Amino acid sequence: MKALSLRQLCKTYNNGVQALKGIDLDVEEGDFFALLGPNGAGKSTAIGIVSSLVNKSSGTVTVFGHSIDSELEAAKSCLGVVPQEINFNQFEKISTILLNQAGFYGIPRPVARERMEYWLNQLQLWDKRETISRSLSGGMKRRLMIARALIHEPQLLILDEPTAGVDIEVRRSMWEFLRRINEQGTTIILTTHYLEEAESLCRHIAIIDEGRIIENDRMSTVLRKLQTETFVLNLRGPLRRSLSLPGYRMTAPDETTLEVEVNKEQNLNEIFAALSAAGGEVVSMRNKSNRLEELFMRLVEGRDVGSGQPTAPPAAQASA
Amino acid sequence: MSVQSSNRAPGAVPGGHAEVTTAANMRRARRVGFATIVIREFSRIMRIWGQTLVPPVITATLYFIIFGNLIGGRIGQMGGYTYLQYIAPGLIMMSVITNSYGNVVSSFFGAKFGRHIEELLVSPLPSWLIVLGYVAGGVLRGLLVGLIVTIIALFFTRLHVEHLLVVIAAVLLTSIVFALGGFVNAVFARNFDQITFVPTFILTPMTYLGGVFYSIQMLPEWAQAVSKANPILYMVSAFRYGFLGQSDVDVGFSFAIMTLSVVVLFAGCVWLMEKGTGTRE
Ligand SMILES: Nc1ncnc2c1ncn2[C@@H]1O[C@H](COP(=O)(O)OP(=O)(O)OP(=O)(O)O)[C@@H](O)[C@H]1O
Ligand SMILES: [Mg+2]
Repeated sequence: MKALSLRQLCKTYNNGVQALKGIDLDVEEGDFFALLGPNGAGKSTAIGIVSSLVNKSSGTVTVFGHSIDSELEAAKSCLGVVPQEINFNQFEKISTILLNQAGFYGIPRPVARERMEYWLNQLQLWDKRETISRSLSGGMKRRLMIARALIHEPQLLILDEPTAGVDIEVRRSMWEFLRRINEQGTTIILTTHYLEEAESLCRHIAIIDEGRIIENDRMSTVLRKLQTETFVLNLRGPLRRSLSLPGYRMTAPDETTLEVEVNKEQNLNEIFAALSAAGGEVVSMRNKSNRLEELFMRLVEGRDVGSGQPTAPPAAQASA
Repeated sequence: MSVQSSNRAPGAVPGGHAEVTTAANMRRARRVGFATIVIREFSRIMRIWGQTLVPPVITATLYFIIFGNLIGGRIGQMGGYTYLQYIAPGLIMMSVITNSYGNVVSSFFGAKFGRHIEELLVSPLPSWLIVLGYVAGGVLRGLLVGLIVTIIALFFTRLHVEHLLVVIAAVLLTSIVFALGGFVNAVFARNFDQITFVPTFILTPMTYLGGVFYSIQMLPEWAQAVSKANPILYMVSAFRYGFLGQSDVDVGFSFAIMTLSVVVLFAGCVWLMEKGTGTRE
């Protein structure tokens, strides 16, 4: 069963901006899916269309087999959305917001109260239930919106940048939370600009740029397309002898730091051997950037990543 | 769906969604949804009672004192009733109109402005039910204020009721018409100026000229003809007919106009919501 299926989805806003230029996307039931892309790529527009907040210009959307054109109510019942911008009544109490939202989904009050208690506890907001929502911190507001999206226990949860502006600790606990509900059966689609977040959470990813999907695959497959990685090596002291490493691209930002590009055919052993020979002692090593980040940058800049074929469409290259 | 214990697996209630689509469950879900909107609207009216209930009470009291007691005494009889008895139905109707309209326009525009209208838009509630919910909220406030103004009127004069059913039907229909009107206004409004424009520059003059304070028979021929193009005249007249048993216009025709307005406006509101005018990009 497909949790979400988009076909040739297009959106042109009234001001003429073509935010989506024919998107095809499938998300399987149970998946944890990352929708990535630079600012203005069209992520929120796509989510807005799926959740009936934006009118599509053309194309089709089905949620768990229900088309939003012919079975809108059924499609909506399957879906929970955490929007990018705050959209609850800032003058209402948390409990009011949640119970009302449950009511809009037809959930009777007694059931709604139980669910509210459950989800507020899960999201560490139970103590705040009588607080006016305006006085919550930014991170709490995000969690309130997650609780609200889950109150009708949707099969598909879509989160538009849920961790933007959230501190590290809360972000980690949000990750744990999302992993847990995904394991328990909720399909999750998430947008984020923290690529390590997508890499650690998601099994599938799509990258969207200027209204087009430019990459859509398993996370592991996508990462394998990355031809080279750059490693940063920290040395205990300056090298005593000159380093000879033919075939490797290398830079030395300072005396005790080396940056080495390693492609798929090369290996780290050679580097360590050469360093030992030069009297260098490696005390630590890390990736220069997150692998997904590196791939992402190459893709949206329209550079060649994998097979020698340009992966980005002409439009993306034109902008790079 | 049965009540689950709170330690059940979250997200593991797949039956729930399929169930909503069966007819009986759908009806129940819609009832709950509708009740939720109405209760939320009612709590809003009560929460900000200083803005929703107090001003109309003050205005009405002033009208009764000034027009009824001070000036009315000098005006004398109108169709066999004291001036106060004549204008009381008009003043009640005026407060019903203003408050039904005002409630929906400010609540719905507020929801648009604060974006929490999205809570309703993502939910499976159909457009007509959302319209109905907001209209019910407006009617609730209109009738509540109307009732309070009636009680105030009773401090100043005795109110004779000739046809109770006409009174009830007229006030209800009028209230629905203007709640729907407020909805249309809120849908199109882009800023706060635009939600005060219509009440100030259209609704108030039309109400004042709609026979609240006088009988159009006192007007010259041409002004009578102009007045008859004002729908509010028919509503006020029908309502007054319920009290006094006399009317400037044909009461049957009044009810036809009100019913038609309700049908047309309701269809229009639902259409606007379906299209997403003012609510969806
Ligand atoms: N309401 C609107 N009216 C007109 N244009 C819009 C509207 N909303 C978005 N756009 C435009 O559509 C394009 C896509 O915007 P969108 O919000 O979908 O991007 P995004 O991928 O979510 O970006 P971000 O990462 O910054 O949230 C942008 O060019 C944006 O300016
Ligand atoms: Mg966005």
